[in-house]
Amino acid sequence: MSDYLSVCALLEELCAAGGVSGAEDEAAKTAARLLEKYMPVKISPLGSVTGSMGSGEPHILLDAHLDRIGLVVTAIDESGFLKVAKCGGADIRVLAASEVTVCGKEKLFGVITSTPPHLSKPEDSDKAKEFDEIAVDIGMSREQAEKLVAPGDRIVFNSSFSKLLGSRVSSGAIDDRAGVAAVLRCLELLEGEKLNCRISVMFSVQEETGGSGAQTGAFSAQADEAIAVDVSFASAPGISAEKYASLGGGTMIGYAPSLDYSMSRRLAEIAEKENIPNQPEVMGGKTGTNCDEIQTAGAGVKTALLSIPLRNMHTAAEVCDLADIESTARLMAEYIKERGGAHA
Amino acid sequence: MLKMIKELCALPGISGRENAVREYIIDKIKDFAEYSVDPLGNLLVFKKGKKPAKNKVMLDAHMDEVGLIVTAVTSDGFLRFAKVGGIDTRVMLGRTVTVGDKGITGVIGIKPVHLLEKGADADIPKADDLYIDIGAKSREEALEFVRTGDSVCFSGEAVEFGNGFIKAKALDDRVGCAILIEIIRSELEYDAWFSFSVQEEIGTRGAQTAAFTIAPDYAIVVETTTAADICGVSGEKRVCLCSGGGAVSFMDRSTLYSRELYDKAFEIAERDGITCQPKTLVAGGNDAGAIHKSRGGVKTLTVSVPCRYLHSPSCVINYSDVGESLRLIKALAEEFAKW
Repeated sequence: MSDYLSVCALLEELCAAGGVSGAEDEAAKTAARLLEKYMPVKISPLGSVTGSMGSGEPHILLDAHLDRIGLVVTAIDESGFLKVAKCGGADIRVLAASEVTVCGKEKLFGVITSTPPHLSKPEDSDKAKEFDEIAVDIGMSREQAEKLVAPGDRIVFNSSFSKLLGSRVSSGAIDDRAGVAAVLRCLELLEGEKLNCRISVMFSVQEETGGSGAQTGAFSAQADEAIAVDVSFASAPGISAEKYASLGGGTMIGYAPSLDYSMSRRLAEIAEKENIPNQPEVMGGKTGTNCDEIQTAGAGVKTALLSIPLRNMHTAAEVCDLADIESTARLMAEYIKERGGAHA
Repeated sequence: MLKMIKELCALPGISGRENAVREYIIDKIKDFAEYSVDPLGNLLVFKKGKKPAKNKVMLDAHMDEVGLIVTAVTSDGFLRFAKVGGIDTRVMLGRTVTVGDKGITGVIGIKPVHLLEKGADADIPKADDLYIDIGAKSREEALEFVRTGDSVCFSGEAVEFGNGFIKAKALDDRVGCAILIEIIRSELEYDAWFSFSVQEEIGTRGAQTAAFTIAPDYAIVVETTTAADICGVSGEKRVCLCSGGGAVSFMDRSTLYSRELYDKAFEIAERDGITCQPKTLVAGGNDAGAIHKSRGGVKTLTVSVPCRYLHSPSCVINYSDVGESLRLIKALAEEFAKW
């Protein structure tokens, strides 16, 4: 763990913030404070945190998404329970009896309802309950709840930041706060470097609900090329090691028809040259990440994807290896150094 | 008492591993009563009252909680486990847990929803396929920190919220333990006997031997029971209501309770202005199942604190029910002692 103090501290701080899609303010505040150390920061009309530094060519945009999945309040029932819907791709299988924070007029603790085994049939536990069968219990009457909570309020899944063995950690917001941490760590690694290129950063909103933040942010940035950092699937029992990444196996360099092949190759060459742990991630079409929006922004942007291997994606128990965040940050930094001509 | 409930819930104590809970309780009661520990680990307590009791009354609460036990370590360092007590698989997925005496943190993994086949996104994996991820990269690394047979408890701190609600793991039945401790530490009219029992969750095994040893005339089981007073459940299916006072059982899956004692509970509650309620569904079972069949038979009653999301990492009670249950149990114990 001692090798990754910087990324660990960044990730822990970022994961502590709420910031469900469309209501990212709290996470934006944290991210903006961390980014301000390197460049002046602006908030885009949709709420993304953006910044730019340096001048020259190329103009490289680094992106990671700020939002986390959660729930949204749709109604308050007659006894004060909150009815909810997904905000982003929440996994309904992990909701029963889980703990949440309702971001109303104040932050309220809540528990998602569940039925104990004493009152259910054994076969009931084979299927998760649908949204119309569950609610959030905040221990209040309807009258009290209505004073503090309104439809549209977001709900965050509670999770502690847990250190597991070695350099592995668990939290509920590693998707994609790990990406944000990697970009910040990259900037830290570049401190003191003389660069002849311009670097823009975008911590974009609403990735989990379709990428509006990236689409608009990339349009405004008008960069020559972009690297997006997101998380991707790591192998685990029942998840093939052949098809998916190895946790701790290094940054995942994306190859896809929608990604710029020369950038992918260049990243791989630099990784080999600099001895940065890496593994390929090959996709057959689009990537399902912000890259899909960034690539087609404005007149188009050459785009690459680096992914951080993650287990249990979209649960409160996401697990990553800090070593993979570090290798992602290092690879971006080396890429920028090479493209920025500092080696020349 | 709130502080004591929180402290008790924080202790690890799956069935058969109740030692930390027992030590905590001994520390709280040792200056107020005589105690012994039986071969199974039950903590048996005798508390002298102002007067000798005409009838021997035993109060029971169980120390163990539901949890998991490590059954194997895989070649790539994941832990396989079995459930200890009845836990719905749905409340375990994606949860943080604490493993073994070293308190190693792990998470119960699940295949990401993105990788499931179409139409399978609500299918719950089989409990046998689940695993705990402690971050180990190999079996060897894992074995430095855990052993097969290690106990596993849900992680998470107690939280107070809403109108006097408390969320914690293991409220079943540390709340009962807290009520008994409170009674032992108070002044009693009559001599009283207590059992802090082991292994309730795997079949009320501790209560069986405890009742044999104490040989009571009357028993009151102090428990938590399922409160289904939640969104979408109505009428008797709610079983009992949070903030409705202690729930008194006439029947569950393990015991047909003494009608005499059941009626007495409501009579005393009315006399003393105590809030209580009937448990309106025949469901669940508890130490009463073993106690009422002890020796030649024991007249038994159960008073439970209503608890939502029982046997999950996030059990919820209302604190007002703890006080009301305590008053009722104390009044009933006195009544039975002199009956």
